[in-house]
Amino acid sequence: MPRPKAAIAVLAALVLTGCTTDKPTAATEPAASAASTQDSGTGAQSKFFVQADFDAQLAMRSQTPEGPEDRPWEQAIAPKMIDTAQYKKDGPYHLCFSNAAIDNPWRQVGWKTMQAEVGLHEEIGKFTALDAEGKDDKQISDIAELQAKGCDALIVSPNTTATLTPAVTAACEKVPVIVFDRGVETDCPVTFIKPIGGYAFGADAAEFLTEKVPAGGKVLALRILPGVDVLETRWSAAKVVFDQSDLQVVGVEFTDGDAAKTKNIVSDYIQRHGKIDGVWMDAGATAVAAIEAFEDAGLPVPPINGEDQQDFLQKWKDAGLTAVAPTYPTYQWRTPIIAALRILGGEQVPETWNLPQPKVTGETLGDYLQPDMPPLHYALCGCEDLPGFPEAWGGKKS
Amino acid sequence: MRRALPVLAVLAALLTAIALVNPHFLEPAGFLAFLKRAAPLVILAAGQYFVIVSGEFDLSVGSLVTAEVVIAARLIDGDESATWPVLALLIAAGLLVGLVNGVVTTKMRVPSFIVTLGMLLVLSGAVFLWTGGAPRGALSEGFRVFGRGGLGPVPWSVLILVVLGAAAIRLMRADFGKTLMAAGDNERAAALSGVRVDRVKIFAFMLSGLAAAVAAILLGGFAGVSAQVGQGLEFSAITAVVLGGVTLGGGRGSVPAAMAGAVTLEALFTLLNLYGVSGALEFTVQGVIIIAAIAAGAVRLPRKPTPRTGDAHAAS
Amino acid sequence: MHLLTRARPRDPAQVLFLALLGLVAAGWALVALDGGQFLTLESVVGIQQRSAALGIVAIGQTLAILAGSLDLSVAYLISLTSLVAAEIMAGQDGNIGQAVAAVLAVSALVGLVNGLVITGLRVHAFIATLGVALIIKGVVDHLYDGPAGAVPESFQVLGYSRIGPVPVSALLWAGVAVAAWFLLSRTRLGYRIYAVGGNEEVARLSGIRTGRVIVLAHVLCSVCAGVAGLLLASRLGAGAPTVGTDGGYDLESIAAVVLGGTALAGGKGGVAGTVAGVLLLAVLDTLFNQLEVNSFVKDVVRGVVIVVAVAVYARRTQGRPA
Repeated sequence: MPRPKAAIAVLAALVLTGCTTDKPTAATEPAASAASTQDSGTGAQSKFFVQADFDAQLAMRSQTPEGPEDRPWEQAIAPKMIDTAQYKKDGPYHLCFSNAAIDNPWRQVGWKTMQAEVGLHEEIGKFTALDAEGKDDKQISDIAELQAKGCDALIVSPNTTATLTPAVTAACEKVPVIVFDRGVETDCPVTFIKPIGGYAFGADAAEFLTEKVPAGGKVLALRILPGVDVLETRWSAAKVVFDQSDLQVVGVEFTDGDAAKTKNIVSDYIQRHGKIDGVWMDAGATAVAAIEAFEDAGLPVPPINGEDQQDFLQKWKDAGLTAVAPTYPTYQWRTPIIAALRILGGEQVPETWNLPQPKVTGETLGDYLQPDMPPLHYALCGCEDLPGFPEAWGGKKS
Repeated sequence: MRRALPVLAVLAALLTAIALVNPHFLEPAGFLAFLKRAAPLVILAAGQYFVIVSGEFDLSVGSLVTAEVVIAARLIDGDESATWPVLALLIAAGLLVGLVNGVVTTKMRVPSFIVTLGMLLVLSGAVFLWTGGAPRGALSEGFRVFGRGGLGPVPWSVLILVVLGAAAIRLMRADFGKTLMAAGDNERAAALSGVRVDRVKIFAFMLSGLAAAVAAILLGGFAGVSAQVGQGLEFSAITAVVLGGVTLGGGRGSVPAAMAGAVTLEALFTLLNLYGVSGALEFTVQGVIIIAAIAAGAVRLPRKPTPRTGDAHAAS
Repeated sequence: MHLLTRARPRDPAQVLFLALLGLVAAGWALVALDGGQFLTLESVVGIQQRSAALGIVAIGQTLAILAGSLDLSVAYLISLTSLVAAEIMAGQDGNIGQAVAAVLAVSALVGLVNGLVITGLRVHAFIATLGVALIIKGVVDHLYDGPAGAVPESFQVLGYSRIGPVPVSALLWAGVAVAAWFLLSRTRLGYRIYAVGGNEEVARLSGIRTGRVIVLAHVLCSVCAGVAGLLLASRLGAGAPTVGTDGGYDLESIAAVVLGGTALAGGKGGVAGTVAGVLLLAVLDTLFNQLEVNSFVKDVVRGVVIVVAVAVYARRTQGRPA
């Protein structure tokens, strides 16, 4: 078959030329390619890694937050308060919210929590929210559109950090802006609200594994996607911890957050290595699938981390796992509303509002397991005292 | 069957390459595990084959799979006794979606690409509207056994695959297969010779919906509830069918070849994974291989007595 | 079933512009009932900003579809070109010319590959462009893992500035649309695109080099996607590896084209319909935004609108003698 071969050769040539011209001269370093080998098998450090932030976050874990203990969403760690008298005005207020997306359970739980929080405050006359559906371009338009609606304060949950910065900067000139979850590259927002952060998440999980997995044990690291800042920090912190440990990271794989793919990857590793002694995950959504891969192979489940989702917590309890669940609490969705009202009331708020970021451990598992809530519900929603709980979050009254 | 030769060659090469890296692959357990993994896509490809050979497209299967899994979880909600009624309902829902796709395509004369694209949007919107954005509820153990468990060493999904595959082959040998082929090859000629073109096409869409329902049951069973379970499956299924030498535009190709195409695609994924091709470049390799394999099949076409023209048309 | 009758492209477009007017009126009433104002300056600007990128891609997609093909690679190409643009500009005004040239070259090359794979290797357009899409995706994901590059302030004029109520981006879209309209209705290539899309065999027999026409249509389609990539880079201030796919520009542009009355099989339709189709989707979006309808309802409505619109066109053509 000479013709097909020639055709393939031509095609290959075309593709190759395509690839080389595609590469701009100032190409960025490809991050953490799996090929580079270090002793611990964790690859090169992510370009997102910032040592100072890493140190700060790890230190914050042991600091006692200020504020009411039973309302962690109002607490702040080491706050540097700033004055907001310039924004003081009388209610009722019109609050606006530009949401990056509501396309995953974490954001859905958070969004419901925020709506319920709005319902608590009579001084909020109107609450306008636009969903950017995960599109940077739409969020830029949304923010512009919201400014025209006469908002008294604008809350932004940015879809990506760099690309939303110009839009947020423009909005800052008109209204007080509150940013939460992901940050922007400007300090013009009045306050930036976030839990301690990704480094703490990743380190919490990795430290647990170094403690529980015997020396020299094989650890499999599962990540959702490369290139997402909030996830890169989780892995880069874990990498630092693993590099200092005597554990062997046998693989770092991307799951796309897909349960079937996760299960396949874990099965492949079990088959290839005979035994996996620990599993590190950058997000808990597919933790149950990873656990099932061990169960289906007839093996005991090694130490593993998940997140505060009910399906994982339930599995943890039922199977008696050695596990930990660092969190990225959804209660942070309450804080922006509270912050907005404080700002409009002229009260001081922290410049960077670091919320506590607890982890679920074997001892506290019972406190967070809520069998009447849906399997993908996040336990740290801080929503139990809100009107409409549990039905609005998909749960059943017990 | 000659059109299927390139895909069989590619498949053999891929399987050999996998076996070289992973000897365990050739053992019964290893190979069964591979088939189990491939089963949902192979079944989807068989369903998609009926639609494609009749000259149409079904882009809705991916979101149908997601919708079915999400519906199952919400309705079963962990209740074992609900398993069988919900399974029946899922099958019925799959058939119904196929029926709607088929009727709108044939009776309202809307290109199937558009009908099923619309169905994709409607299904993914409606199901999450119903569940409030994220999946709710949980699947029962009885439901999950089809994707997770097995009869002795043989996974249920492989058994289901064998049964459905045999049924699909039988169906194509029966009158239905011949009329479907005729309708896809030349719709007008088929209609003039007495084939009820609309009816066979509607039936083809229903088979695709059925395949999606079964794939959903297997995938949901394998890995549990997930909102991403069906993502991109429509493109994988169409790619698989075309890899098997089935012509987009209809009238050419066989169902075993389409299923072989799906196995090939799955083998390709497995191989790229095994060789640790850097996560992202995997897609590039996949793209090149798909184009190359199909081009290798297509450039042989002119040797046939009746060259088929107009392949570049998206739909007709 | 390709008909040799070249349908007058104005037909569905007129209907669609009427539908658009109706929708604006209905939207105005609905939003007024809700206590708001539909056609404020911001929302008019918003509609245009929101539709410009999709509009430009859809114009290109119209050319490919009219020629009897289609292009699924535009979304990834947009991501790629936004990165190429932002990386080469690197925040320097002096690099803008170079960056634009590079984007046009890269996109033309991708179009050329698409076209040659379809015509030379005889791979169906669906698979060929899907394959090229995967190739680009792999390259982009391999090289980039987040926004990169920087677009200088002067180039961001393209994305943010406006003349009265008309943003520069909408002017760019209008320019592309007029150019495509001119190409289709006033040049020989345009005539050939219709001929090839209408019936490739007949076109070949009447002496048209059909392969060349399809390749050209694909090059133009990809160049349009490249222009959209430039526009998005200027909006975002950087290149982003997911901007094209997040926007769903592949399937959405095809939906807009058929919503505009262009036959998916090729040979029938035109640019005016596509413009109306994109505007209709954008007005729907803005209306949903104003009423704060959640995105799931949006998907359902979009799906139904697209299918119903095409069913209506099919009914209209059916009425005529074939």
